[in-house]
Amino acid sequence: MFLINCPYCGERDQSEFSCGGEAHIIRPKQPTELSDDQWAEYLFMRKNIKGVQFERWNHAHGCRKWFNMVRDTSNDKIHAVYKMGEKPPVK
Amino acid sequence: MTKFRVNKTKHVDQTKTVSFNFDGKSYHGFDGDTLASALLSNGVHLVGRSFKYHRPRGIMSCGSEEPNAICQINEDTDLTEPNVRATEIELYEGLKASSQNCWPSVNFDLGGINNFISPFIPAGFYYKTFMWPKSFWKKIYEPLIRWSAGLGKSPTKPDPEMYDHKHVHCDVLIIGGGISGIIASKIAAKNNLRTILIEDKNILGGSTIFQKNENYKINNKYSSEWLDEEIAELQKLDNLTIKTRTSLAAYHSYNYLLAKENISDHLPLDKKNGGIRQRLWKIRADKVLVATGAIERPLVFNNNDRPGIMLANSVKKYLDYYGVSCGFNNVIFTNNDSAYETAVSFKEKGISVEIIDIRKKSNSKIVKNAEKLGVKIYWNSTIVNTFGHRKINSIEIMNLSEDGSNVVGDKNRINCDCLAVSGGWTPMVHMHTQSGGKLDFRENDQTFIPTEIDESHINVGSCNGDFELEEIINNTNKKVKNFLKVRETEFDNTSVLNSRELDKRNIWLLPNYISEGKCKSFIDFQNDSTAKDIKLALREGFKSIEHVKRYTTTGMATDQGKLSNMHALGIIADTAGVKMGTLGTTTFRPPFTPLTFGSIVGRSVGNFFDIIRKTSIHEWHIQNNAKFENVGQWKRPWYYPINDEGLHDAVQRESKAARDSAGILDASTLGKIDIQGTDASEFLNRVYTNAWSKLGIGKCRYGLMLNEDGMVYDDGVTTRLGENHYLMTTTTGGAANVLSKLEDYLQTEWPELDVYLTSVTDHYSTASICGPNSKKILTKIFPDKDFSDEAFPHMSYQNAKIDEINCRIMRISFTGELSYEINIESKYGKSLWEKCIEVGKEFKITPYGTETMHLLRAEKGFIIVGQDTDGTMTPIDLQMDWIVSKKKYDFIGKRSLYRSDTIREDRKQLVGLLTDDPNEVLEEGAQIVSNINKKPIEMIGHVTSSYFSPNLNKSIALAVVKSGKKMNGQKLIVPMENKNINVTVSDSVFLDKENKRIYA
Repeated sequence: MFLINCPYCGERDQSEFSCGGEAHIIRPKQPTELSDDQWAEYLFMRKNIKGVQFERWNHAHGCRKWFNMVRDTSNDKIHAVYKMGEKPPVK
Repeated sequence: MTKFRVNKTKHVDQTKTVSFNFDGKSYHGFDGDTLASALLSNGVHLVGRSFKYHRPRGIMSCGSEEPNAICQINEDTDLTEPNVRATEIELYEGLKASSQNCWPSVNFDLGGINNFISPFIPAGFYYKTFMWPKSFWKKIYEPLIRWSAGLGKSPTKPDPEMYDHKHVHCDVLIIGGGISGIIASKIAAKNNLRTILIEDKNILGGSTIFQKNENYKINNKYSSEWLDEEIAELQKLDNLTIKTRTSLAAYHSYNYLLAKENISDHLPLDKKNGGIRQRLWKIRADKVLVATGAIERPLVFNNNDRPGIMLANSVKKYLDYYGVSCGFNNVIFTNNDSAYETAVSFKEKGISVEIIDIRKKSNSKIVKNAEKLGVKIYWNSTIVNTFGHRKINSIEIMNLSEDGSNVVGDKNRINCDCLAVSGGWTPMVHMHTQSGGKLDFRENDQTFIPTEIDESHINVGSCNGDFELEEIINNTNKKVKNFLKVRETEFDNTSVLNSRELDKRNIWLLPNYISEGKCKSFIDFQNDSTAKDIKLALREGFKSIEHVKRYTTTGMATDQGKLSNMHALGIIADTAGVKMGTLGTTTFRPPFTPLTFGSIVGRSVGNFFDIIRKTSIHEWHIQNNAKFENVGQWKRPWYYPINDEGLHDAVQRESKAARDSAGILDASTLGKIDIQGTDASEFLNRVYTNAWSKLGIGKCRYGLMLNEDGMVYDDGVTTRLGENHYLMTTTTGGAANVLSKLEDYLQTEWPELDVYLTSVTDHYSTASICGPNSKKILTKIFPDKDFSDEAFPHMSYQNAKIDEINCRIMRISFTGELSYEINIESKYGKSLWEKCIEVGKEFKITPYGTETMHLLRAEKGFIIVGQDTDGTMTPIDLQMDWIVSKKKYDFIGKRSLYRSDTIREDRKQLVGLLTDDPNEVLEEGAQIVSNINKKPIEMIGHVTSSYFSPNLNKSIALAVVKSGKKMNGQKLIVPMENKNINVTVSDSVFLDKENKRIYA
């Protein structure tokens, strides 16, 4: 079980958090102008990387804030956490 | 004292006799014994039968690696516990234990016939045999396998014992209280670090605690004496918590560990006092020091599994720690020096011992010591056979060839009553690998040792591959200093006298003159896998160690291959001609030793299994005989039977009353979200399918919420309380998820919106009153209010007061009747409810539960999200096109409503169903077909809601059916087990299609 450094609350147990999948997938501003394929790309396609992955996490049993995390899925090392809207650290 | 108790030791109190029972026979042991040491002190070796061949098996070890001596504890079928290792259970007065896996008894076991037919049951026997004939499976194979499968018996009733969980944080956690763990603990605790030391045995000291050998001295003292002094000092340290009888179960990432503490397992039944039995420690440590030690390896030779064949260091522990000699005519079979310590211990007590060593010679001090004591040593020799049915009585040895691949010369028979075996040592790397650590293979003694990369944990002592006393002390000291950043310690100048092992020779599978097919050289004792089985698996094409393991079941027993995995790997490597280090190991998974279910669930049983949410009106429901239904975590009244009414009668009565006069429902559980902010209207526009901008203040509107994939997610009525203030209601079960979803969009997609969400579900209680007389009841409760359609129209809300208490009245309807909901602060919920009941008496107001609510809305064809929808229904599928705004540019899920899949016309769509026989009520979930003659019969839909409507006096149902929209009037069939029910597709609104009743 991880220790996660919530950017708002500090270090907390993983059981307080929930994972929201891949980060930096932006909801299209004009969905109606997308083809089925383009919409499906946004809706369904996720990378599921073995290695360094950018993820969304929510401090569900804490401040309820969403934030982003850079995690290596092969060894669960958390390389960075940063607030929504902040620039991701370079790989 | 029995004749096998040859030695007085301080660890076993021979003044305190403890009586116990094994396999129906009474025995005596002493305080401090384990069940295994007590049995051995009575000369009992035969304690079980092997799993597959039912061969007699004896106690082999003295710890958690024990493969054979696993027992059923406690005769009481309610409390009995299977798979308890006799080597770990501490003896207590009245302990009752019995052998497992034998029928009718351990001495005479009918399953032993498997031993004689064993040539016919090789590895993969089950996979190969029970394939054919197919018809045999159900009647013969399956019952037979089920009868013979499994070890031990489960208790028959719920566990009456109490279990506990405890969360702790510490600077340093040390796993294992042997010599290196003790050194590490002392350094940590003396340097102001909050330290916890856990040890699975009842005392600290590991195997050094019974080491009293001239060749191993620390600061000129016997190593056991030196360690005793260290332990005594340890007890005085303030910031050190020592937990004995506590075994580490799991080592997760970020130094999160689980350990199980045995609190009362070692106490006699009458001394347990109903206290806590076991406690699961959940530990988060800044730093972890693993000092779990090493496990002695057996040797793999023909018939290496007879009772009386034991691990050499365990034999030594029984002698020096428990004072029990496992035999009087002992033979030691070894490939290393450590077994010579056992020989020296025997010899010092005047007990006969001889040694068979596969090495050509060894010149270490301990070997010379043994020779000096007159121990006969057979160098360069191996055992080719053993004899004795229920206990070993003799062995046959031969010389090894120069390269060790074969045997040469004559056979030599030696009598013995105990054979102590040592194949070297395997570091216990389980914890290291569980935490994500990797392993390196060390060629010179064929061991996997931890690769240190992690900064948050290290391995010290023999689990790190340090087997010599000098290295254990010096390396542990050095590594701990580095790890904890300590400059100097009291162990810096420790002088260690140490007999060093100089000569090594390892042969994974010892050669024999008997052909391989006729040898029974066991690798996994509990699961009866032999070297032959491993080789067969390789011949049949299995290459990966993980596959060989599963095919032969090596390492898959309750001991998880603690003794067998290395030999399996070694034999695979030798047979396949590859380097052992390249094979990798099987995965070590938690728990290290089996955990009880009780310790895993802790206090979360019975009423504490899950949170129970009750409304403020709950007590009234109980007093009025309500039967409850779980909706999420909520307890909701299901129906209110009068006298001996059943569900059906009560629901028919309640449903009729609600439409004929007045009914009242506790709707407090519906999710309520308070929405405020200047962009609240825009926000609702984006999350609901319909338009919200033009909703007037004081008005209510029903909304449907989709997922981004276009599927219906939730629904509910939202009220505009002010210009920038709304109150949203959600389904009872969906409340938490809806809030999360809305917060997600607000924070991540639309952070520019000025909107604030607050869950107020628990803050308000809701009484929903419906029926033609509801207006009259409301007028009586609120005499100053004008409830006329003009002053208080449908789908609007007004503030009001009852006895000076503020409340909100919404005129909204979930039943199709004229209906009002009163929201009031939760603390007044029960008073409000009682007032409604009191005032409503003259109109025969009837409380109704969820079942009636479902029936009433089904009559009107209103959907219930989660019952009539299942995450694959769009609003179009539900024939709710009217609620999907065509004008709005975007809302959650809009684009998905015209994906190629969602515009298919043959999707399942919501329809009504009427049975041809109006009294026939369909089963919810029943399948629907159109053509029963064309096989295979195509399922075109299923029933989602079904009731007998007392108001229509006929059966009604909602269903989803492929292309159902176009089927109105069409005949379909609902096939049941013993009949086919004929139905007709109808409109999904059965009652009051014109919606007149809401204005009654």
